[in-house]
Amino acid sequence: MSVNFGSKRIVVGAHYGLRDWLGQRVTAALMALFTALVLAQVIFSKGPIGYDQWAGIFAAQWMKGLTFTVILAMLFHVWLGMRDIWMDYIKPVGLRLSLQVFTIVWLLVCAGWGIQILWRL
Amino acid sequence: MSESATSAAKKRPEFRNINAFTDLPTYRLPLAGIVSILHRVSGAIMFFLMPFIIWMFDNSISSEISFSKFKSAFNIGMLGLPGFLWKLVALALVWAYLHHFIAGLRHLWMDTHHAAVSKEFGKSSAAFTLAVSIGLALVLGAKLFGIY
Repeated sequence: MSVNFGSKRIVVGAHYGLRDWLGQRVTAALMALFTALVLAQVIFSKGPIGYDQWAGIFAAQWMKGLTFTVILAMLFHVWLGMRDIWMDYIKPVGLRLSLQVFTIVWLLVCAGWGIQILWRL
Repeated sequence: MSESATSAAKKRPEFRNINAFTDLPTYRLPLAGIVSILHRVSGAIMFFLMPFIIWMFDNSISSEISFSKFKSAFNIGMLGLPGFLWKLVALALVWAYLHHFIAGLRHLWMDTHHAAVSKEFGKSSAAFTLAVSIGLALVLGAKLFGIY
């Protein structure tokens, strides 16, 4: 194996990992804040939590916009995580490529559905 | 680490192409390792159950009628499976999200704090992660199954 770790690591060129590493962290932080926001709205709402309260949270335009952004963040975050899993455990290239394509299609279908739900309200 | 030192000593065994079925189960896992693999597993669980999550969001949000359909799936049942089973699936998702979230925060903490990258903190933060995520999952599960 070539010496390319530590101080000898190649940190120029495409795909040396910083975008993915940072992207996962940033999307994670965004989703964590979103979770806290939704939880806060649920916990600090007056009266029992029924349909009106719950649907009302996602009716505001700013909340729809934020949820949309979080869905996109989730797309990247989940793609990264699943790509790492396939990369670690699936050696045959054809099988790995198929699983990656399946992952992307699965994620896009879910994201599209989620956005569709958001803008029905 | 110099190349010459390792060539003089006995060559360490190299492990390439780890086989999930024959190699993975033989590793001894410290607490931090358990948190780590559960982080991956919980992520995968949420990935595969995503359509169910979106279904829940859809029905809970769209209308009063769909909201009651959403509730009845967990009380009466859906698709031939009893409500009890769907509650278990939801509980699995609750645990998965809690673990992934707290283990993720642990990652972010280790990324931004030098003092956090030590063997002792690795163990203590792993214990904290497991305690809080499993504890909260049990509490929310009790709420879900109507124990309180």
